[in-house]
Amino acid sequence: MSQSLFYLVAFLSIFFSLLVIFSKNPVHSVLYLIITFFTFTIHYILLNAQFLAIVNFIVYMGAIMVLFLFVLMLLNLNKDTEPAKSNLLKIAGVVAGMCLLVTLVGSIKALNVSNPVVLTNPGLGLVKNLGKVLFNEFLLPFEISSILLLSAMVGAVLLAKKEA
Amino acid sequence: MINLVYLVPVFPLIGFLINGLGRNVWSKTLVSWIGSLAILLSFGLSLGIFFELQAATQKSFLVPIFDWISVGSLHIPFSFLVDPLSAIMLLIVTGIGFLIHVYSSGYMHEDAGFAKFFAYLNLFIFFMLLLVLGSNYVVMFIGWEGVGLCSYLLIGFWFTNGNYASAAKKAFVINRIGDLGFLLGVFLIYSTFGSVEFAQVFPQAALMAPGNATLALITILLFIGATGKSAQLPLFTWLPDAMAGPTPVSALIHAATMVTAGIYMITRSNILFTLAPFTTEIIAVVGLATAIVAALIALTQNDIKKVLAYSTVSQLGYMFLGLGVGAYTGAFFHVITHAFFKALLFLGAGSVIHAMHHEQDMRSMGGLRQKLPITFLTMLTGTIAISGLPPFSGFFSKDEILAHAYEHSPILWAIGVAGAMLTAFYMFRMLFLTFFGTFRGTKDQEKHLHESPASMTIPLVVLAILSIVGGFIGVPEVLGGHHWLAQFLSPVLAYTNAVAGETIPLDHATEYLLMCISVGAALISIAVAYVIYISRKAVPAADTEERSFLSNLSYHKFYIDELYSAIITRPLDIISQFFFKVVDKLGIDGLVNGIGTSAKEASKTLRLIQTGNVGFYIFMMVLGIVALLIYGFYHI
Amino acid sequence: MENITQAIQGIPLNHYILLSAIIFAIGVMGVLIRRNAIVIFMSVELMLNAVNLLLTAFSAYRGDAAGQVFVFFIMALAAAEVAVGLAIIVMVYRNTSSVDINVLNKLKW
Repeated sequence: MSQSLFYLVAFLSIFFSLLVIFSKNPVHSVLYLIITFFTFTIHYILLNAQFLAIVNFIVYMGAIMVLFLFVLMLLNLNKDTEPAKSNLLKIAGVVAGMCLLVTLVGSIKALNVSNPVVLTNPGLGLVKNLGKVLFNEFLLPFEISSILLLSAMVGAVLLAKKEA
Repeated sequence: MINLVYLVPVFPLIGFLINGLGRNVWSKTLVSWIGSLAILLSFGLSLGIFFELQAATQKSFLVPIFDWISVGSLHIPFSFLVDPLSAIMLLIVTGIGFLIHVYSSGYMHEDAGFAKFFAYLNLFIFFMLLLVLGSNYVVMFIGWEGVGLCSYLLIGFWFTNGNYASAAKKAFVINRIGDLGFLLGVFLIYSTFGSVEFAQVFPQAALMAPGNATLALITILLFIGATGKSAQLPLFTWLPDAMAGPTPVSALIHAATMVTAGIYMITRSNILFTLAPFTTEIIAVVGLATAIVAALIALTQNDIKKVLAYSTVSQLGYMFLGLGVGAYTGAFFHVITHAFFKALLFLGAGSVIHAMHHEQDMRSMGGLRQKLPITFLTMLTGTIAISGLPPFSGFFSKDEILAHAYEHSPILWAIGVAGAMLTAFYMFRMLFLTFFGTFRGTKDQEKHLHESPASMTIPLVVLAILSIVGGFIGVPEVLGGHHWLAQFLSPVLAYTNAVAGETIPLDHATEYLLMCISVGAALISIAVAYVIYISRKAVPAADTEERSFLSNLSYHKFYIDELYSAIITRPLDIISQFFFKVVDKLGIDGLVNGIGTSAKEASKTLRLIQTGNVGFYIFMMVLGIVALLIYGFYHI
Repeated sequence: MENITQAIQGIPLNHYILLSAIIFAIGVMGVLIRRNAIVIFMSVELMLNAVNLLLTAFSAYRGDAAGQVFVFFIMALAAAEVAVGLAIIVMVYRNTSSVDINVLNKLKW
């Protein structure tokens, strides 16, 4: 039962991501993307990566997609203003994507072994343990990422400012 | 004094440098004095060398100057050889050179390039002296090429006239063709004998058997060189055109010195030729043919210098005839006497041209003997000398050649006598047309007629005296003399005399008969010329009038120039044009420019990839990533 | 929690890799097919998330926390990138009044 849960959630992820790219209305795309991210959260929980699941939920679904929605509303885009692409290019795009998929899958087939994911360390994804690793080994990148966020914020404000 | 022989060429070289570098600085008097003095000093030194050589018992002196080429087994020293042959040539070159320098100071007086002229003359004397003094073929070749260069410079002295410049080029190019033969001969000599020194080649050659094939090849190649330099058939067409240069140049270079270089070279290499009877036959026939053809052309020429030019070619033919039948002394004797009377005739012609204010067509002359008495008398002696009348110099030298020719083959002798008749005829024709009868020129020209200044007439008189008495150095035994020249030259011809005898085995009666026949033939021609041009007062026709077939052939020089133009220059021109238009412009330029053009076209095509479309770029990126992954995973 | 985690153990790693690859390919197709700049951007986010999932799966498989830390950093980075990217899209819209990427072809030859 638990294994079929994984397959169910995986199927849902794929289905909704297909809907993301195939829906005409960009607002619909955003909404489908939010649901896709929710399925990802469930995947993280299944892997006992609790911290990442919560962060995914809050940051991705809560902040980033809301930002997308803001911009969409700002630009007032809906189905009517959606530009159409020629069929030839669409088919070319699909073919390219399929090629990529086939390549990646084919490379996996080269591996004969397929070991089951066994959680050797069940406490790996807990907030406490992850925090310890983060602040012991990866302290410098952590601090620098704060500077990164600062610069991104400054950049975004400057870019979007109306010219005086 | 023989050790100072290196000074003989150095004086003219210094004269060349001083006059050449200071040509805009010195005055004309100073220039002429420096130039003439240089040659006079060389002449004085040559006289000293000559007398010292005559008194010495050893007749061959090698004077080394410096070690020139020394590479591996190839050793070519720069050294001079003083022996009877070179001593006499020194005297001729410097002596006649000096007289012509004095003459030029008067003749070229109004010319702006006066100093340049004297510089070139000195340079020419320098190279000619190198030629005759060289102790090996390579030093001789330096002089050989140098006189060709100076000939070019002096023929094209008035180079602003396109025709004169072309004549200079023609002379140089035809000389070059001969030089190729000479050079190949020298290479063959080196490879056969291992050296180019005379003192080493000739003793080795003397040991070879007559009819040796290598020697035949060597001698033919050397003869080709002589053909170019001494204007024999087929390379003689440059000499008549070389009359474009000033008259002193024609006298010095194309009468007395440069054109005799070929004969000097063959006389120097006499042993090689004696052992190659095949080549000497060719030389005799070519020489005789040249003599006849040139004489035939000279019969109808109207330019006074052209007549003398063809006469030179004809006399050179006689000299080669002499060389071909083994009369080395006779040929060299004719070189000496010819130098005297031909230089005299050219200088006299120059005097006439000077008086006629640069008019050279004989049809405008006539009756000049009252106005130009000295010129007339000296030219009369020159004409008698060249016609071979005793006791003038030309008689002795020409007769010696004809006697040897008779001994070789009577047919050659007979044709030679016919040529002598033609010579007498056209020379006296020239004399009668110029100096006898009534003046046929314009009134202006008649007013200007005057005798030339002393600087021009004194050399004429000196040369006239030499033409008269010059023959007495070679009076044959049959006439009571002891042929001083033959005795003096015998060391040079030692090897030849050992192989074949020098003295003529003809008996005296035959010799007297031959002499009488040739003198009689000459007198008959003179009488015929007198009848035509004085009694009947005939004047040559104008250029536009119709002529008979033979007369036309002769007047147009047997169309030889046109023949060469059609066979050689036109095809060369066509080939050159082909290479220019097709190979160079289309082929090579096309290739080089094509590379540039193809780069441009390729870039024009490639830039169409920059569509500016972001979607297209991303698409290409994805394809690239797929390709990379395939390559990475499957190692295709 | 532990029940679930112990219950779902035994899913082969290859399946996680396959799932991640499929979602990544879907993201690439989205980039190539759509012309709306914002939808393209969302497809890029989809690709990032697929990678995140794969990293987490490997981290659980190997017992190494570095994988999850890396995912953490990727999320932070993605947030920053979205902020700046959307600001750029707003600028583009202001200048060309369209979010069609075919309009942005001024770098043509």
